[in-house]
Amino acid sequence: MNGSWILSGILALPLIGALFILLLPGDSESTKRNARWIALFATLLTFVLSLVAWGRFDAEQPGFQLVEEHDWFSHAILYKLGVDGISMPFVLLTTFIMPICIIASWAPIQTRVKAYMITFLVMETLMVGVFVALDLVLFYLFFEGGLIPMFIIIGIWGHGNRVYAAFKFFLYTFTGSVLMLLAIMAMYWFAGTTDITVLLKTSFPAKMQTWLWLGFFASFAVKMPMWPVHTWLPDAHVEAPTAGSVVLAAILLKMGGYGFIRFSLSMFPDASLYFAPLVFALSVIAIIYTSLVALAQESTKKLIAYSSVAHMGFVTMGIFAANTQGIQGAVYQMISHGLVSGALFLCTGVLYDRMHTYDIAAYGGLVQRMPLYALVFMVFTFANIGLPGTTGFIGEFLTLLGTFQINNWVAFLATFGTILSACYALYLYRRIVFGVIEKPSLMGMADLTSREVVTLLPLGLLTIFYGVHPQPIIDASAASIEQIISGFQHAVTATKSAGL
Amino acid sequence: MHETAISLPVILPEVVLAAGTLALVLYGALRGERGSALVNEFAVGLLGLVFILMVARNRPMGVTFYGSFTDDAFTRFMSALALLGSLVTLLLSVEFMRQERIGGFEFPVLILISTLGMLMLISADDFIALYLGLELMSLALYVIAAYRRHDLRATEAGLKYFVLGALSSGMLLYGVSLIYGYSGSVAFSAVANAVHDHASIGVLFGLVFVLAGLAFKISAVPFHMWTPDVYEGAPTPVTTFFASAPKVAAMAVLVRVVITAFPGIAHDWRQILTFVSIASMVLGAFAAIGQRNFKRLMAYSSIGHMGYALVGLAAGTVEGAQSVAVYMAIYIVMTLGTFAAILSMRRNGRAVETMADLAGLARTDPTMAFFLATMMFSLAGVPPLAGFFAKFYVFAAAMKAGLYGLSVIGVLASCVAAYYYLRIVKLMYFDEPVAAFDRPGAVARIVLAVSALAIILFVFAPSPITNAAMAAAQSLF
Repeated sequence: MNGSWILSGILALPLIGALFILLLPGDSESTKRNARWIALFATLLTFVLSLVAWGRFDAEQPGFQLVEEHDWFSHAILYKLGVDGISMPFVLLTTFIMPICIIASWAPIQTRVKAYMITFLVMETLMVGVFVALDLVLFYLFFEGGLIPMFIIIGIWGHGNRVYAAFKFFLYTFTGSVLMLLAIMAMYWFAGTTDITVLLKTSFPAKMQTWLWLGFFASFAVKMPMWPVHTWLPDAHVEAPTAGSVVLAAILLKMGGYGFIRFSLSMFPDASLYFAPLVFALSVIAIIYTSLVALAQESTKKLIAYSSVAHMGFVTMGIFAANTQGIQGAVYQMISHGLVSGALFLCTGVLYDRMHTYDIAAYGGLVQRMPLYALVFMVFTFANIGLPGTTGFIGEFLTLLGTFQINNWVAFLATFGTILSACYALYLYRRIVFGVIEKPSLMGMADLTSREVVTLLPLGLLTIFYGVHPQPIIDASAASIEQIISGFQHAVTATKSAGL
Repeated sequence: MHETAISLPVILPEVVLAAGTLALVLYGALRGERGSALVNEFAVGLLGLVFILMVARNRPMGVTFYGSFTDDAFTRFMSALALLGSLVTLLLSVEFMRQERIGGFEFPVLILISTLGMLMLISADDFIALYLGLELMSLALYVIAAYRRHDLRATEAGLKYFVLGALSSGMLLYGVSLIYGYSGSVAFSAVANAVHDHASIGVLFGLVFVLAGLAFKISAVPFHMWTPDVYEGAPTPVTTFFASAPKVAAMAVLVRVVITAFPGIAHDWRQILTFVSIASMVLGAFAAIGQRNFKRLMAYSSIGHMGYALVGLAAGTVEGAQSVAVYMAIYIVMTLGTFAAILSMRRNGRAVETMADLAGLARTDPTMAFFLATMMFSLAGVPPLAGFFAKFYVFAAAMKAGLYGLSVIGVLASCVAAYYYLRIVKLMYFDEPVAAFDRPGAVARIVLAVSALAIILFVFAPSPITNAAMAAAQSLF
């Protein structure tokens, strides 16, 4: 048994769950309850199956594993799946976050529950697909297909200016991605295939690499998001329902980073080297500028959204440092950010469900009424700052370490980001949690319910566990990262010697 | 292939269609109004029979009428699409015509005559046959456009279409005469031999006029002016017809003319097609933004889609021809599905067609909203729906041919166009409902459901369409 059905199983399970929900009749209370349970069950089962996949996964081996391959479009485009040390953690992150999202939507979502659960399940398939696809067109299919459910989630279950946010999200990402599509086609005509494993071994001419790199960059930079194309993110985050924000921050943003590692760096090494200064500059601007912007926010969700942009700056910086520590740190930072920002959005959701506002000024002194919440929120605030002992520290430290070897000015400037992140995160925490309760409306605030604890506890435990003991994640991806770096160095030296 | 004076197996579908149409005319004329329901049913049956004959595998391919009529894989693929468009239009029209009380046996007969013209047009292998087919198709279309003759909008639309159409026919004919004069033949292959790889100025002028005449039929910019008015003014089943079958036929003959009659001067017609394509995509994207009427929106949408199909043709390669065939196949399914939805938009017994009428459809009729939203995402070209693969094929062909600028402009135009398709999704899903529609007829519902499912499921089994399109494309080279 080579386990060649597992990845397809992970893709199919949420869809099967969605089909069951679709078949539920009516719109009564019991239907809603059943829909929620089916969705939870499907996502949990998917998570278990992805754990099985992890169990079969051999971290020592750098190549793709659990590969399945079928003909699809006239032998040219394949249905090919597989995971390596870089994609495996993201698959686990996705399947781990999804049940939490379903639980977090249990009480807050009361309208059109069936449609909501179906949309989330379909989105899970599409998101996992992005990380396991081993064919470029298949990858693109999942990458872009995810826009439809997210558009619907923001538009229907969002609040405030949701239509504007949904359109902005869709059109920004769509526009970025179509240029990548053209790059994919150019690669197809050059290499004769869209099989990623073959393309990774193909060396493209330097001039072509430049254009291809730019095409992919247009897509991933928007998705990441990098400054200056990050402006869709605060809008989308603020207007999306809590679980939508969690998915957006924890998983969708990681597709950009994953794409940079998998495609830009691995397939276009010369262009990556050429454009690295540009990425460094944009990353540093993102880190410092958006941290300052975060400091000025009056809305909890917007503040966390801007802090996401800043943290993603560390990721892009680490990736294009193109050394072990840099990429290792980038992967770690993405996983960490997935856990931490997801949890922070859940924390704002907890407040929103009680007070129906994201306005920071509406809160204050919550520690008096919600001690447990204050504790949980504190853990994630510290993780967001990057305090040693949390996952946030390891990611930031490694990316800075990697960048320092390449360009110490970039690393020096980026360090300000960690200081600024302490400023805005602690400032937020102080304004919401500390002090005395002055507003009478806050007197009735109840502490975390058991359901909220269930959503936050696993995230908190993992944040601290992997913060103290980072080795498992590092080991899982080490072999694959080594392979990418050796390929990168090889290509770059080859080009250099050819140029001499 | 062997050329003969007449070969019955080769022209069997056309003969059956012509004979059946004449019989129906006779029957309708004798029975008058009482016979119109039966004529409609027979017309549907006739088209179904012709469709089966068309795609039957054991019918020999060949060339007949001394080389002016060709039956190859390309003919069959495109003819099948055109027949599909006519067939579904007829099915959809029955209920609408009854509700709006515009009966008469002439409508199905006119559709049949027009379809016969299309089949001849698609099979045409010289300019005379092309012109005959085109006129047979168009004359019936002029009448259908003004079919609701007491309605001001419809007659305006019909007149506009007729005047502009006559002009374009004249241009086409003038172009053909120039080509004949300078190359000495009207047969596509003979023209190709005479022109070889250098076109004299007379042939170039002729080519431009021919392309202009055909661009009018597919409503490509700058010959698109009639489209919004006719789409809006004509009764909806007529609009459905205009948007589907004739477009396929005209696009098919356009492909055949440039590839078989002018293969040597691809760099010349590529410039023209590139311009027409860019203009259509951009105008289709921007002009649709301000529209309030759904049918008018679909007019601009179809202008844009013809632009995308021309991207593939501009490549001028086998992949390009294949991509156009794939594009038209997917386009016709999306169009028929969308118009089936528009036909279902009736409130208190009256047809409504502004987009605002769709508000909140997801609450009042979730199934229809879901299917229509599928159509919109597909028209916008979002994966994994079929509309994405249509665009994928044309842009892939253009990238291979090195048309990078055209490709970049095209994909960016598709992002602009995505906005107005999304707006319909937004109306249906995000907005508060207005009053519910009347219960739509079964046929419209089934057409919408089947086409939406085809659009969704295409990704799982694309090979039948793409392989057939490849075979069709190869038969041209």
